[in-house]
Amino acid sequence: MNFDKEYDASGLACPLPIVKTKKALADMASGTVLKVMATDPGSVCDMAAFAEQTGNTLLEQGEEGGKYVFFLRKA
Amino acid sequence: MAKKMALIATKGTLDMAYPPFILGSTAAALGWDVQIFFTFYGLQLLRKDLSSVKISPLGNPAMPMPVPMPVLVQILPGMESMATMMMKQKMKSKGVASLEQLRDLCLEADVKFVACQMTVDLFEFSKSDFIDNIEYGGAATFMKFAGESDVCLFI
Repeated sequence: MNFDKEYDASGLACPLPIVKTKKALADMASGTVLKVMATDPGSVCDMAAFAEQTGNTLLEQGEEGGKYVFFLRKA
Repeated sequence: MAKKMALIATKGTLDMAYPPFILGSTAAALGWDVQIFFTFYGLQLLRKDLSSVKISPLGNPAMPMPVPMPVLVQILPGMESMATMMMKQKMKSKGVASLEQLRDLCLEADVKFVACQMTVDLFEFSKSDFIDNIEYGGAATFMKFAGESDVCLFI
């Protein structure tokens, strides 16, 4: 999937992947896509909950090279 | 209209310092308005220097220890500092943010910190002990925000 920006939250534990994802989205334009990578298993549920509550769309999620990968489209 | 969360932070130990800052920074990242009211031992979490925030295995049989440690050993001088150091190392190795980092993330995200004036006076703290950008108030200040909140927790 194409993306405009990438943020790697590998090695970080709750709540940093979410809080830092929010910061990574801050300077992005509406409609652009952020790719987030994380190793925290809790981020799978958390990222979906983050997207639902902030209006950003979780386009796709999966695993890549032993990491969790998320694609978020900024609201 | 943004959702609101009101927290009361009453504990000043390392383990109990985490929940208000984790929930506060996360809720702020979700776009919530957050206010944390710090009272009694929770005031320690507003100090400029957080190095005195510690954890003790004493009186906490649920705390996982690398080796079993009898209570009489736990009371020895230096054990509290050692337990704190070990916990901080463990947290760092697991990618858990430091308290300072989480508190800064809260402040950056406009989480409002309110120090309980009554307990500031009770413990004879000086405002210069605390970080800047906090407010001082009482129960009525908390109730005003808490009354409009969607989530309200006592920690």
